[in-house]
Order: sequence, then C-alpha cells, then structure tokens
Amino acid sequence: MAQSTAVKKAWKTLVWLAVVFAVLVGTIAGGVLWSDATWTPKLALDLEGGTQVILTPQLESGDQVSGEQLEQAVSIIRQRVDASGVSEAEVTTQGGRNVVVSIPGQPDQETLDRIESSAKLDFRPVLLAGVASSATTSTPGATPDPALETTPTVSPTNASDLAWVTPALQAQYDSFDCASTEADDAGQAPTDQPLVTCDENGVKYLLGPVEIEGADISDATSGVGTTSNGASTGSWVVDLTFNDEGTAKFADVTTRLFGLTGVQNQFAIVLDGKVITAPTTGGAFTDGRAQISGSFTQESAKALADQLKFGALPIGFNTESSERISATLGSTQLLSGLIAGAIGLLLVIIYSLIQYRALGTVTIASLVVAFAMTYLLVTLMSWRIDFRLSLAGVAGLIVAIGITADSFIVYFERIRDELRDGKALTSSVQSGWKRALRTITASDAVNFLAAAVLYILAIGNVRGFAFTLGLTTIVDIIVVIMFTHPLVTLLSERPFFRDGHKLSGLDPRALGAVYRGRAQFRAPSAAAKSDKKGSSSREAAKRQTIAERKAAELSGATAGTSSTKPTDEGKNS
Amino acid sequence: MASFSDFGNDLYTGKRSIDFIGRRKLWYLISAILILIAIVGPFVRGGFEFGIEFRGGSEFTVSQVSTLDQNLASDAVEEVEAGGTVRVSTLGQDAVRVQTDELDDEQAAAVQEALATAYDVPTSDVTVSFIGATWGADITGQAIRGLVIFLVLVAIFMAIYFRTWKMAAAALISLVHDLIITAGVFGITGLEITPAAVIGFLTILGYSLYDTVVVFDKIRENTEALGERGTQTFGEMVNLAVNQTLVRSINTSVVAALPVASILIIGSFVLGASTLRDISLALLIGIIVGTYSTIFVAAPLYVQFRQGEAKIKKHDAAVLTDRERASKATVTA
Repeated sequence: MAQSTAVKKAWKTLVWLAVVFAVLVGTIAGGVLWSDATWTPKLALDLEGGTQVILTPQLESGDQVSGEQLEQAVSIIRQRVDASGVSEAEVTTQGGRNVVVSIPGQPDQETLDRIESSAKLDFRPVLLAGVASSATTSTPGATPDPALETTPTVSPTNASDLAWVTPALQAQYDSFDCASTEADDAGQAPTDQPLVTCDENGVKYLLGPVEIEGADISDATSGVGTTSNGASTGSWVVDLTFNDEGTAKFADVTTRLFGLTGVQNQFAIVLDGKVITAPTTGGAFTDGRAQISGSFTQESAKALADQLKFGALPIGFNTESSERISATLGSTQLLSGLIAGAIGLLLVIIYSLIQYRALGTVTIASLVVAFAMTYLLVTLMSWRIDFRLSLAGVAGLIVAIGITADSFIVYFERIRDELRDGKALTSSVQSGWKRALRTITASDAVNFLAAAVLYILAIGNVRGFAFTLGLTTIVDIIVVIMFTHPLVTLLSERPFFRDGHKLSGLDPRALGAVYRGRAQFRAPSAAAKSDKKGSSSREAAKRQTIAERKAAELSGATAGTSSTKPTDEGKNS
Repeated sequence: MASFSDFGNDLYTGKRSIDFIGRRKLWYLISAILILIAIVGPFVRGGFEFGIEFRGGSEFTVSQVSTLDQNLASDAVEEVEAGGTVRVSTLGQDAVRVQTDELDDEQAAAVQEALATAYDVPTSDVTVSFIGATWGADITGQAIRGLVIFLVLVAIFMAIYFRTWKMAAAALISLVHDLIITAGVFGITGLEITPAAVIGFLTILGYSLYDTVVVFDKIRENTEALGERGTQTFGEMVNLAVNQTLVRSINTSVVAALPVASILIIGSFVLGASTLRDISLALLIGIIVGTYSTIFVAAPLYVQFRQGEAKIKKHDAAVLTDRERASKATVTA
C-alpha cells in the first residue's frame, strides 16, 4: 500500500534530519574543543560592544587630507573589514581627518594591519639589484653629495632604460641600507620617478618608474600555486587579473623585459614601497593574468588578495588609539526583546492550539526544531564567518517565526481542503503536501533570491540582514520537508487523527465533509462541486450521480442570476 | 472557535464569500487615500528624521572619569538639547563617548560644559569633534543597486513561474504600496530612521512578496482550468482563490504579528523610546499592510490586468451565456 511506503519514507527522512543535527552539533563541538568556537552565538557591536580604533592619516607636515580622500578611504576600509565575514563593523570619519573603525570583539594585529595599510601596489622594472653591502662602501644613512647630477643626461626611452640611473641615484642606491630606519620609510618616490627600496630578505633594488598600478587590477584571489604541469607547489600565491588597460600594459612590459638580460629581465612587484617579489620574465604575458609568489601564508595571501581587490587607500593610516567600547544598546534592550519574543511565541502556541487543536502540537514541535536548527547555524556561522547577531537581526529572527509557521499553515490548510473534497486523511496528507510544497518552495525561492542578491551586492548592515534572511529561509524549507511532513504522515496513521477525532484538528465533520461510510467523506454541498475545477474536484465530481450533477448545475445557475452583481459568487442560497 | 472553522469551510465551498474582486474600486480608493497620507503626511510634519548613523553628528569624549554611569551623560545632554538623540558608550576603563545630533559651536560648548560638570572633570578633559555617517552613501548605493537587481530578478522569476508577467506586475505594485505606507508611518510619527529601522523595512519587503506569492499560487491553481467551460468567470475564480486562502492569510498574519506586537508593547512600556520599539512598529505595520495589500490590492489588480485579454473575455462571455440559459430554464420549469 502507498501508506506503508509513505511511512517508511517518513521515518527515513526523520533519521536524515537527526543526522543533519548530529553533524551540526558535532562540528560545533569540534570547533569548541580544538578551535575557538563557542556554544553561543556572538553578538554584534550594538549589543556587545567591541573595539574602537581611531586611524590617523600619515601625512607630510602641512599636508591636508581632502574630504574626498577620506570618503574613499572609509569605503575601501569598510569593504576590507566586510571581506573577512559579516561582523557588521562600523566605519566612519571623525573631525574631517580621522577614520574610526568600530569592530565587535577584539581584533588582532593582523586584522588591524589589513585595515590600515594602504596596499598600494606597483609594478616597476628592475634596473639594479644586489644584496645590501651596508657600511662597507659608505656610512649608513649618509646623504648623497648634493652636487651630483640628479636629472638624466640622456632622456630615458622607457622605464627599463639605464639612463634613469643618474650619479645622484647611484650614490643613493650605494649608500642605501635596508636595515636602517630610513629603509622603513622608503618607497615614497613619485610614480614617474625611479625608486630605491628593499625586499624582506634585505636585497636592495633600484627600480624604474611605475609601469602598472594596482588600479589596473580587476580581481585578485589567493590560492596554492601550481607548476606549469599543474602540480601543486605547496606555497601560497596571489593571482591577479588585469583590466583591459592593465592587460595591454602588462603585455608590453613583459615583451620588453623578455628581450633584456641580467637583473633588467626582472620586474618588481612593490607593495606600499616594499618589494614583495621580483620574478624574472620568462616570456611575454598577453592574457592579462599575473601571479605573485612570495613568502606568503594562507592568511597573508588572502589578506593581500582582499586588499588588492578593493583597491589601495588614497593615504596610509596609523593607529592612533584602540580602546574597548561598550554596547550602544544596553543589555536591557536585548533582554526585554528576548522576553517579548518568548511571550509572543507563547501566544503563537496558544493560537495554534485553538486553530489546529492537536495538529497545533505539530506546529509547536516544528517551531522548536526550527529554533534549534537556527540557533546551531547562527552559532556555527559566528565561528566560521564571524556572523554576529545585532538587535535588528534578533528582530528579523522573530519575524521569521511567522514565515516559518506560515509553511505549516499553508500545509495544514491544504490537507483540510483535501478533506473537504471528501478524501480520506492519509491520501489527503499526501496530495495536500504536493500542492503545499509547490507553494512553499515558490514563496521561499523569492525570499532566498532576495537574500542571495543582497548578500552578494550589499555591504554593512544590509549584508547582515541578507544573511539572516537566507538562513531562516533555508531552515524553513529543511524543517517543513524533513520534519513537519514526515511527522504529519506518521500521525495520520494514528487512529486519533485517522478517524478524525474532534480534537485532532482534522475532523472531516467539522470541516463540512459528508460521511459516506468506510471512512470516506464526500464534498458537502452542491455549490462546492460546481465551484471547483482543480484536479482534486474532478475526482469528487466523478463520484456524483447524474442526478446530483444536474441538481448542482441548476442550483449554481439559479444562484448566478439571483445575485445582483455578476462578479458575486452567488452561492449564498 | 468552532465558528472560525465553519467560516473556513464556507469560504472554501463558496457558501460564504467576500467580494474582494468586485468591490475593487473601493479598495483602490482606500489604498490611494492611505498612500496619499503616507506621502503628504511626512512633509506636513517636517520630513523624515534620519539618525546619527545617516547624517553624522557631534561626538564628545569625556576622559579621566571616576564613574562610567551612562545616565549622567544622557541627562546632561538632555538638559542642554532636549529631545535630541544621544548615544552613550564607555571607552576603555575611564572614558565615556557621547554622540549627539550635529550641534553648532555654541550648543557644543554648552554640552561640553554640562558633561564636564556631570562627570566632575575639567572642561579640557571633554573633547569635541564631528563624526561622519556610519551608514555612508556607499552602503545606501550598494543596497539600492542590490534591491533593483533583486526586483528585476524576482519579476522574471514570477513571470516564469506563474507564466504571466501580469502577476509579477501586480505583486510589485502591491510591494511598492506596502513600502510607501510603512515609510509614511515613520515620517508621520517622526520616528527616527536608524539602520535597524531600514533592516525592518527590508524584512517587510521580503514578507510582503512572500505573502503575495502564497496567495497567487492558489490563484494560479484555481485558474488553471481557464478556457474549459465552467460556471465561473475569471474574476470569480480569483475571488474564490482569495477566499479559500483567507483563513491562511488571517492565521499567518496573526502568527507573524503576535511576537512583533508583544515586542512593541513590552518594548514601549519597559524601555520607552528605543531601537526595539522603532523596529517592531515598522514590522507590525508592514505585516498588517502586507497581508492587506495581497488581498485587496494585488489580487484585484491582477484581475483588472487580465480582464481585457481575448481569451478571458471569451471565457467570461461563455460562462455568462450559460448562466442566462440556465436561469431561463429554471423560470420556465
């Protein structure tokens, strides 16, 4: 019989639901034991407070930061903060000069570095390079003789031209010491001028003018590098994709460098004035892609990729202060919100019981399962992507009670409709489910679409909202498919529900169906028969006798004319 | 509540029927008036009140304080600038940060003085500066871009799913209807528009569309037989669908509104003016208006959009002719 397969399927689905829960709990438990996960969701800035970091621009004395630069910096910093998760940090300006970043929790130094470093990336050809020979040839930090020639005698034809190396520059290069504090401040040359700088390993470089800027990068991702035959090198790299302009420039540069020898074959990738890597050019690259390999870890590769993707800050920043900040909304707000939510839930339970009698317990159980799953997912996401609950997020979850409960209501009403059409409960459950599921998936698809689009495109609080919406929509679908429907299927086999006990909420008599014997009910009124045209009513129509059908048509027609308005249902007779 | 289930039965069979479609002019009029009030009202009152998060404001930092009591700060600001917004947080171990609406130099000096007195510190320990918006133009820009793309996608989705763009059009018009009225409530009551309120607004956007899709799906089901010779005109089919889902609409909106209403009531009584109150008010009104508009705006609009179609005209004419004939038959019998 169909019922027994339905019952088997129901049990199987419930077992799978248990597996889903076990995996969720297990993952979090693992996270708590071996990582920094917690059993409670993390709270956002408004509820928990966090750290307020004030960043001041690094400016030459007397320089002013323009409003436009500051605006741009805020926007880029916000994207960088958001890239690490959905923690809903606040970024703003202060006094028309500083940038204030408020982050929930306590950010580590790495996070701060990622936020404040300018991330200005340049590609420059190498003119001279060598291991720093500090203090052997000249005094460290000695100022080059000002009498030396500072402008090239022959105008350089391209950025690789050694004519850039003037005697003054040569002297600066010779005396440059990578270990000195001077080296820390290096990398401040204008883009159309050569630059003397170092890399991490103490190799010093004299570089030509900037050939390609970070702004020409359209995308950056991090990953593990591969060799030319596809094998993994095991080291982290950052892959760059240039825009059209960048692609053209990169092709030109690599073509030119490929024809040169010695250090001039190399180009240097300079980040904030420091050389990250200076690879040799093995050919002309025309596909607009480049890879930066250096001494990256997984984190530093991702951090650099994020920085490059969102662009360089127009100005560098230093941390002026970093202080713990309390929640802007008191704990009373969260507490009374939760209490109110609980009272609201209690009212929902009472209402469900009145409306659906014993079936109301299915609603309650489903809501409990939905709550448990939402809680676990929010906790898991707090750990994995730093999702944090703000007060608006809590309110969103409370509204989600309504949307989740609606799925059950749609389902129950469909079952009742089938009962009204005279079907037995077990088949009503299955056919009602088919129609309900279609409605539920269609309406949830709309919500999920909203969540997905806003999550991808929006930033800040809106992104947090999109996340909550998507999460509750998924939970809704999972719970109604994996819990509510199997539970109702199983209950419909129990005598209490099957025989339509008065308190079951599925009493066909109360629903107006006419008892026809052998647990079969027939649609109650003639009006219903002539009314319905769906597939379900066709079946009901088949059961009618010819005389019944005729009577139905007549009564329907009479009612039609007796009504004054053509749009009136005309079934009041 | 047995009568409620009888009510459901009668609605299902059509024994009892509320004429949502036929009286659409009345519903349109009601909605038009509501929208007019929602648009004009805020301007009469003086426009929307955007929070510090949108406009920026003044910030005072009181350092070297001996107590971190946040009420001292709110009271001090209240004395000088009654009725304004104040956001107080503590900074580190011995400082208090106070954010207010943007103040001019004179007001700022007065607040600075008041804060110094309240916390018993020299005026020099209270620094003043302007802060920018935390909800910058970039967030708004990105959010609007996302919304526009979403609305285009959702319209395409509905047009494909329901196989008619007219349902998508009716659903989107009723969505705009809901958003205008909800926004109007904020404007008329002078509630501050905070990021939390905007999130509440977006929640309503989701709820309103969701509710419309559920009812439209029933309409789709009931009108599938369109073209077959039946006893109902197109408008009657849609009206029956709305009636048949009416119990669901009532139950769902009650279930959705109950928790929100309890937050609103408890939030207002216990906390007074608070983020929680603002957001739950927006949500409650949105839920009510969202449910209302599906039944009274979206469904009638859909009928109106399709009534002119040749297929539907033909169907309706056939149904009415049948009825005419049958009634004559009854009269002569």
